[in-house]
Amino acid sequence: MMIDHPILGPRDAGEFVYMGCASLINRPDWQAEDALQQFTDYGYQRDNPSGGHRELWFHEGGDRSWLVVTRDTVTHAITQVELARDVARREGRSK
Amino acid sequence: MTQTNRLQGGMIDRSRTLSFRFDGKAFQGHPGDTLASALLANDVRLMGRSFKYHRPRGPMTAGSEEPNAIVELRTGARQEPNTRATTAELFDGLVANSQNRWPSLRFDALGVNDWLSPFFAAGFYYKTFMWPAKFWEKLYEPMIRRAAGLGSVSFEPDPDSYDKGFLHCDLLVIGGGPAGLAAALRAGEAGARVILADEDFTLGGRLNAETHEVAGMAGHVWAAQAVARLADMPNVRVMPRTTILGAFDHGTYGALERVSDHLAVPEKDKPRQILWRIYSKHALLAAGATERPIAFENNDRPGIMLAGAVRSYVNRWAVTPARDVAIFTNNDDGHRTATDLRAKGVNVTAVIDTRPDAPDGGDFEVIKGGVITNTSGRLGLTGIEARTADGGQRRISCGALGVSGGWNPNVALTCHQGGRPAWNADIAAFVPGSALPPNMSVAGAANGALTTHGAFHTGAEAASQILDHLGLSAPAPDLPEAEDGPVNLTPFWHVKDAKRAWVDQQNDVTAKDVKLAHQENFVSVEHLKRYTTLGMATDQGKTSNMAGLAIMAEVAGKSIPEVGTTMFRPPYTPTAIGAFAGRSRDKDFRPVRKTPSHVWAEEKGAVFVEVGMWLRAQWFPLPGETHWRESVDREVLQTRKSVGVCDVTTLGKIDVQGADAADFLNRIYCNGFAKLPVGKTRYGLMLREDGIAMDDGTAARLADDHFVVTTTTANAVGVYRHMEFVRQCLFPDMDVQLISTTEAWAQFAVAGPNARKLLRKVVDDDYDFSNEGFPFMACAEITVCGGLRARLFRISFSGELAYEIAVPTRYGDAMIRKLMEAGEEFDVVPYGTEALGVMRIEKGHAAGNELNGTTTALNLGMGRMVSKKKDSIGSTLSEREGLNEDDALKLVGFKPVDSSKPVPAGSHLMTKGSQVDAAHDQGYVTSACYSPNLGCHIGIGFLKSGHARSGEIIRLVSPLTGIDHEVEVVSAHFVDPEGERLRA
Amino acid sequence: MHDLVAITPLGAAEPRVDSHGPITLSEITDTALASVAARLGQEEQARAWLGTTLGVAAPDPARVGGKDLAAFWMAPDQWMVEAPYQTHEMLASDLAQQAGGVASVTEQSDAWCRFDLAGDGLADVFERLCPADVRSFKGGEAVRTSIDHLGCFLICRTPEHFSVYGPRSSAGSLHHALLVAMRSAH
Repeated sequence: MMIDHPILGPRDAGEFVYMGCASLINRPDWQAEDALQQFTDYGYQRDNPSGGHRELWFHEGGDRSWLVVTRDTVTHAITQVELARDVARREGRSK
Repeated sequence: MTQTNRLQGGMIDRSRTLSFRFDGKAFQGHPGDTLASALLANDVRLMGRSFKYHRPRGPMTAGSEEPNAIVELRTGARQEPNTRATTAELFDGLVANSQNRWPSLRFDALGVNDWLSPFFAAGFYYKTFMWPAKFWEKLYEPMIRRAAGLGSVSFEPDPDSYDKGFLHCDLLVIGGGPAGLAAALRAGEAGARVILADEDFTLGGRLNAETHEVAGMAGHVWAAQAVARLADMPNVRVMPRTTILGAFDHGTYGALERVSDHLAVPEKDKPRQILWRIYSKHALLAAGATERPIAFENNDRPGIMLAGAVRSYVNRWAVTPARDVAIFTNNDDGHRTATDLRAKGVNVTAVIDTRPDAPDGGDFEVIKGGVITNTSGRLGLTGIEARTADGGQRRISCGALGVSGGWNPNVALTCHQGGRPAWNADIAAFVPGSALPPNMSVAGAANGALTTHGAFHTGAEAASQILDHLGLSAPAPDLPEAEDGPVNLTPFWHVKDAKRAWVDQQNDVTAKDVKLAHQENFVSVEHLKRYTTLGMATDQGKTSNMAGLAIMAEVAGKSIPEVGTTMFRPPYTPTAIGAFAGRSRDKDFRPVRKTPSHVWAEEKGAVFVEVGMWLRAQWFPLPGETHWRESVDREVLQTRKSVGVCDVTTLGKIDVQGADAADFLNRIYCNGFAKLPVGKTRYGLMLREDGIAMDDGTAARLADDHFVVTTTTANAVGVYRHMEFVRQCLFPDMDVQLISTTEAWAQFAVAGPNARKLLRKVVDDDYDFSNEGFPFMACAEITVCGGLRARLFRISFSGELAYEIAVPTRYGDAMIRKLMEAGEEFDVVPYGTEALGVMRIEKGHAAGNELNGTTTALNLGMGRMVSKKKDSIGSTLSEREGLNEDDALKLVGFKPVDSSKPVPAGSHLMTKGSQVDAAHDQGYVTSACYSPNLGCHIGIGFLKSGHARSGEIIRLVSPLTGIDHEVEVVSAHFVDPEGERLRA
Repeated sequence: MHDLVAITPLGAAEPRVDSHGPITLSEITDTALASVAARLGQEEQARAWLGTTLGVAAPDPARVGGKDLAAFWMAPDQWMVEAPYQTHEMLASDLAQQAGGVASVTEQSDAWCRFDLAGDGLADVFERLCPADVRSFKGGEAVRTSIDHLGCFLICRTPEHFSVYGPRSSAGSLHHALLVAMRSAH
């Protein structure tokens, strides 16, 4: 597979380490009333779609960027690649 | 006389003669020959025995689709089984042997299988060797393996090497026939980066095998000129002897270049083969087509081959398989073979054409509407029997028979991404379907354009379209004049009512076997394949699949497209495993990491151990020490008595800087770091988000906004990745910068009561180095040895007064020598990883065995470290009920009741008197060693309720190794439980 | 002045030089390295400061630039600065002072071994080592890539001169891989 890195262009998937669903960005608030339940869902409940899937890849053999890659799990077609940091900020994560 | 079947002309170099041996007999051929063409020139048609019935077989094809003529090539360690004689390039001194025969190819004892064939029909093994099951491994399988099978391996290490490589191009052209050449010329002239790959050693495809003129010259001359033009273009890479093995995701192709297979031995330091990964923007499949046979009674005798292959031998290699040749065809193409044979003066005894309306021949007889009903000749064809349209029988004498059932486009690569081919009734063949791999186009015969004219035009047109996509302008095509005859073909797959009409000659599958499979309700074509083995093995059914499908369709009353094809998968042709290994074998299997003191340790005679990729000194034997324990015990005792030095560079080191560095560490460690003063180091435990311990180490605060974090050796890479995840994905607005500095610093542990005295001699005088000035857990940036920058940490893994000192790695070698010199007066010892392990077990420090992916902070005895006042990775889920039960596993120590007994790691713990089973398991031992300080074996591990059971005598069991004795539950801190030494 | 004697990444007193065919492979030990990473919110200032320090603009992604003091891009807002070791042994602490808080600086001199390959036909060598599109390099490219399973920086000074930075502890394995590829390709 080739991942079209938003900064570096197409790079072989062999340079990357796969982690899983990009929902891992949305880490719950530890002080929420139902934090334990939220963290349990965050850690263990994952979609397993046949088709489009947003997932996290780490460019370990490159610039050490975490990427959010939108990939079709059936055809492997990749339709979008973004820096995870940009996605995280867009989804409201800060510090 | 040698080479009795050699004709005039051809693309061989008659100025040189090559000697070779086949089954011990000497022969001669010429450069340009394959092993098969050279053997045929010498009137050798019999080249192998079949897989199952040991039937005599000769070459059926002139290419990589060959099912029969497979041999063991070369001898000794280079012996390679299952090599196709039809593609093996002849070289001087080549040695080949036939396979699957004993004692000889002409007389094969297991030929008896052929007489027993009624018992060996499809599914025979499945049905027969079912029972008793225990006989399978010992009796049936070895017996079957001896009787059936292909070549044998050398059982010696491969003396050759294989490279891997990476290529980039705008356009990959797969196949160097007329379509591929036209496309490559077009794209090359337009300036695109082009790779043109062909499995053959001479590009040109069928242009080399046919007599058609191209642009007024012989086809192969035009091809050679085209290749020469391409070779002159700097943007074009022409790769002969290169097979495209597979089409992978996103334009990535696998290719195998046979760099040295045509040489007796590769040149010095040169690889035998290179496995290329080709990154392409576009690919054009121009892989041509493969002729398919017609099945009829005894259609497998040596001398019976595909009609197009006969043309290849006659025209390209100037060889006729026999002096009298007959043709069996369902299309006009077969007539071409007869014409070409006649042109070279070979006698054509008859053309049997299944079509009643077949065209007339020139100077040869055509039996219109005829079929072949049988053949004769035990070790080679001597004649055929034909039934004429009016029902009459004819016996025709011939030494070779060319068979043509039409041509199948080579669609395999179009299906590697899950696509399925589509049926084209005009040529009665499958052509590429609509779902091609992204950015792949197909041209020429591979796309069903079966004429030379069609190949040139579709190839050039496909290239033009690709150039448009690339934004390159192409000059108007200037394509050569070439043959454009119509494809006249009436589908005909097999002669009915044959007893043994071979469909798949490599797997000895007959038309009857296919029918039997249908009778037994194997409906899916994939099941047909597995049940009959049709289409398996080295040729993957390239010549047999179509007939199998057609017969299946016929007996099932379906159309061929309704039956469909089996899935095509990479590799396209068989590939040596060595090519996939590349250079990563033996001692080069993976890179080695050496510590900064490696050279010095080697001088000291250290014994090394692999820790991940690292080579670390395991112990340092002294003269006279004969057992490793002697060395390790000495290193431990001397360190605890005086002082020892150990290279600990392998621990991961990560530089963490930024205004939010302390907050960041608060998130990744379960314990707090915000209040750690500058100049101090703290132990940190890192949890996974699920609350399980991930790694541990220390963080030293060098400045308000600057920490150095250490990780365990094994987890350095994973922890860095995790920290980048936390930084980029979870807290993207933290001001934190990370970089690994593991290799930048050579770090040595100096441990033991005399550690301070030793280091005082090394650390420069202007640093307060007293116990008060530099207490336990202090850290500082200092200078040593008169001004070299260094880092000093007062941390202890051994439990002794200990420091870790780091200097720039280039000075690591000098530093350990300096430490040993300075420590001479204290009888300093270097110690290795074994002594390091013993001392940490004696001290009860957790390591990888305890942080084993199942344990929590609570299990490790650090439950209270998990701060509830802040957010950290894993803190919430570590509060889960199931991880916090009253009798949770806790880290404790164990001593044997009988002090002579060991406490092996991995042993399980059982309450005295209870049953020994999983339900009564009380825990397990994780780390164990012989403690020279306690004079007995000790262990640490996890026990339900932990310290509450201190003093209890408990059973240590290991049913696997027969261990069953008693140990006492004690504190895991065997040495200095109060920690007085390390604060001394 | 201290009396400690440095050894090379390959473990010898002097750097190693190997020649094969048109190519010379040299172990380079006189390079000081320091990573420079912009502080959050100071990215523009860090880039400007680095540009001033180098005398050329801070390199874009996958590029190298500069002369005596050069730098190559490592990651978003992160660069590696190269300088002669003889004159810049304290490169990291010097840069940290000059940065004035706009960037974090970390000493990297001895984290890496450096091998330079000079001569014709370097693309033939590197295409057997790594997936980088070396044949298209014209000079000024700097990519992180994998060579013999090792994460390396490949710096193209000119098409006839490349530098390879690899993990110092694996200098022997990297050197072996480079030499094998040179002998295979030429």
